[in-house]
Amino acid sequence: MAAAITSFPRHRTGESGLSPRRFIAAVGPCVLIFAAVLLIAPLVGDKGLSLRGVLSAGSTDRDILMLVRLPRILFGALVGGALAVAGVLFQALLRNSLATPFTLGISSGSSLGAVIAIWLGLDIVFLGIPMISVFAFAGALLTILLVFFIARSSGGLPTFTLLLAGVTLNFVFGALVLFFHYASNFGQSSMMTTWMMGNLNIVGYSPWSRTVPIVLLAVAVMIALSPKLNLIAAGEDWASTRGANVHRLKTVSYFMGSVLTGAVTAFSGPIGFVGLVVPHSLRMVAGPDHRILVPGSFFLGGAFLVMCDTAARTLLSPTEIPVGVITALLGGPFFIMLLKRKPGELW
Amino acid sequence: MVNRQPVYNPTMTGAPVYRIEDLRFGYSHTPVLKGISAAIGLGDFVALVGPNGAGKSTFLKILAGLIRRYTGSVEFHGVPLGKIHSRDLARRVAFVPQETHMVFPFTASQLVLMGRAPHQAAGLFDTSVDLEHADEAMRLTDTLELANKPFTQLSGGERQRVVLASALAQDPQVLLLDEPTVYLDLKHQIHFYDIVERLNVEKQMTIVSVTHDVNLAARYARRMMAVRDGAFVADGNPESVMTPEHLYEIFEVDVAVLKRPDGRGNYIIPTS
Repeated sequence: MAAAITSFPRHRTGESGLSPRRFIAAVGPCVLIFAAVLLIAPLVGDKGLSLRGVLSAGSTDRDILMLVRLPRILFGALVGGALAVAGVLFQALLRNSLATPFTLGISSGSSLGAVIAIWLGLDIVFLGIPMISVFAFAGALLTILLVFFIARSSGGLPTFTLLLAGVTLNFVFGALVLFFHYASNFGQSSMMTTWMMGNLNIVGYSPWSRTVPIVLLAVAVMIALSPKLNLIAAGEDWASTRGANVHRLKTVSYFMGSVLTGAVTAFSGPIGFVGLVVPHSLRMVAGPDHRILVPGSFFLGGAFLVMCDTAARTLLSPTEIPVGVITALLGGPFFIMLLKRKPGELW
Repeated sequence: MVNRQPVYNPTMTGAPVYRIEDLRFGYSHTPVLKGISAAIGLGDFVALVGPNGAGKSTFLKILAGLIRRYTGSVEFHGVPLGKIHSRDLARRVAFVPQETHMVFPFTASQLVLMGRAPHQAAGLFDTSVDLEHADEAMRLTDTLELANKPFTQLSGGERQRVVLASALAQDPQVLLLDEPTVYLDLKHQIHFYDIVERLNVEKQMTIVSVTHDVNLAARYARRMMAVRDGAFVADGNPESVMTPEHLYEIFEVDVAVLKRPDGRGNYIIPTS
């Protein structure tokens, strides 16, 4: 990624504003990294694949690629992209560069749903969707709506109330998750733990095909609104006096970011740090313009998570490390770096 | 204080831009504005003076469309403010707050270009027209050389000029300033208001500026409106408002009034 970073255009004197050329110069490298990772990742694994094997129908090589690795990689790309974009949205909405997709409680909400499903013994797949994911998504939606209506009751959608409502629900749902954990048997408990670590160990294409329309729609909406996200990120009065409908913009961003997070988390469990590391890295090299951050984070986030997941499934092969452990191990030190940065530094 | 007839010789320059009738506003049962009526004309340079908590900034925010839950009527070019879409208002009215705090490291030119937002159609890119307006705004505010610097690294004076440039990129008819120089040193206060004065004189931009600083107000404004306790107590040219009697009524401070040697209004010096 280092090579791509140096190829980003720096601001030159007398050149400002976002032109199509500058947009491509900034988002293009993200797309290239994404494409490269998606091409290479399927070839990496404990069994080497040969081109001849992959091309011949019915071969083991082809089955491994098409039925095991590709669904997982495509899903990983989608989860990473969705979480990174959600991170960008929550950071802009809360004007807090430390906000993540899970700051407002969605991870606890979907964990609660998943934990209840496991506790009820609903470890079944219905129409290609695991019941656990259905419950997890319901838990996420419940959280999203609760936080929204608690925050909205005081008129508008005040950032501080939003944060407070989210953090509070996070604690409440976290406690309920602990309760169900405590009330379940050893097998269930271990399943719950695995789910909450976050992993991309899915079966088949259906998790991907169910989430891809939601994610692409939400990302497209937010790319269209990205000029207005710049206004919100600069300040609410700033946005309002420049003609933005602040309340509507905040509401739309909140729901888009939440749905992005909830939809992918329902299948993958909460995977941390993608939503923090990716937007920050991109902001460091390409600046805080959301017209670049939203699409760029989608591609970089996808690439980052697929890379982490490739490491997760190969490092201790044949055992798998939960991908959340890898992202946290990379993300943790990054987070500390962020906290220790000198005031006035670019990001 | 109640017996004395207030000054009322509003030195309105042109046709009214704002017409305000019995404007009232309060924060949860604490009244802030207690029935204000006034008219602000095209090309006016108004200084709103008064003590802390008098309601000056609240009044300005209502004019800017930032506060919409008032009672009474505020008309902009004859249309009730509540019926004007915020985007349409932002094409005519720009607002500069006391201080602007940025979390993200937007560059000066990115912030100035955000002033183009009310004029931009749907789409991601800045057009050459946007760039021309931004360039002109930065030239007027002497901020061209700051274009590529992150706002977070600028000094207070530079920041205010960049925010002013962003407001000017809106191509406004009216410029609302909320104590824009309160955190600036003397040199930067004068630099800022010199720019504002040029906009008023050369571009007939209507200026409404809230300030505590009566001397600064008197030096630049051609009309002074004094607010105390949610109501106007004086409205007229700076000389007629800046008498020891009025200033005592407004600020509860005894002052001496001195003529400026260059004839540009008066100085006041607190004596109590």
